[in-house]
Amino acid sequence: MGEHATAHADHGGGGFHVTRKDYVTGFLLAGALTAIPFWLVMTHAVTNPTVLGFVVMILAAVQVVVHMIYFLHMNSKSEQGWTLLALLFTGLLLGIVLSGSMWVMHHLQTNMMPVSAEQMRQAP
Amino acid sequence: MSKAHSSAVHTPSDRLTFHLAEEHHPESSTLLGFWIYLMSDCLLFAGLFATYGVLGRAYAGGPTGAELFDLPTVALNTAFLLCSSITYGMAMIAVQEERKQQTLMWLGITGLFGLGFIGLELKEFTHLILEGNGPQRSAFLSSFFTLVGTHGLHVTCGIIWLVTLMTQVSRRGLNAVTKRRLMCLSLFWHFLDVIWIGVFSFVYLIGAM
Repeated sequence: MGEHATAHADHGGGGFHVTRKDYVTGFLLAGALTAIPFWLVMTHAVTNPTVLGFVVMILAAVQVVVHMIYFLHMNSKSEQGWTLLALLFTGLLLGIVLSGSMWVMHHLQTNMMPVSAEQMRQAP
Repeated sequence: MSKAHSSAVHTPSDRLTFHLAEEHHPESSTLLGFWIYLMSDCLLFAGLFATYGVLGRAYAGGPTGAELFDLPTVALNTAFLLCSSITYGMAMIAVQEERKQQTLMWLGITGLFGLGFIGLELKEFTHLILEGNGPQRSAFLSSFFTLVGTHGLHVTCGIIWLVTLMTQVSRRGLNAVTKRRLMCLSLFWHFLDVIWIGVFSFVYLIGAM
């Protein structure tokens, strides 16, 4: 494999090197990780919506990792680790934006319940 | 893979002088820059996902996700996008093996899957709008159309880019420039598939429960 990689590095076209095995493995894993949640939701195999939602999100998270490794060829070595660092930083921002928005807006909604017509009439 | 690559390129004497003695890698910095663009695009989608997360249950007396979403269509769409991911991978393998015709064939198939995806999505959107469930119906539908529409717009741009690159490859062949561009599009295309995982899980599957 080392010889093969060197031969292609000489052409100046290689940022990463791909193999059929990587893509097929990734495709099979991603296919399974897509089919399971669709099957669970479409056949109502799990009746508790909270549990089902949790399972769907976990499977999605696993599939994102599968795509990152097998399709986007993420590893700690590419570009001296800068791509991974950028990814991790984005992950941090993503966590702040998503959980922060949900948290703030949820509290806003619970603290500012819609006013009933009766309360509205009694308002000064 | 990349470990084998770097150990083949850097001999022990190179390693002592650190990166100063390394050979010039212009395509590497392009890829890193493109990756950083993708990360910023990811934040754009994070904002749209957060918006949908906040407004996704604000139906305003209108239809809910469970009433509107047709899961078999979404499953077919997901399959299209996943298949396009592996066919693009096959195109990249053909690029690596310097096979121009095979590269063009796989890119063409990828484009067709992409068109199938966009076609189904447009069909779903027209159906929703004609039934009076357009983006103006409720906050839920506004955020739904914004999120899914932005993803669809990205895929459309990806297809235009793909056709452009197919023309370039067929005219100029597989040289360093077209290879670098194909690699950037590879990242873009797979990235869109990653975003779609979030869309079908968070929007369609959880919305349809």
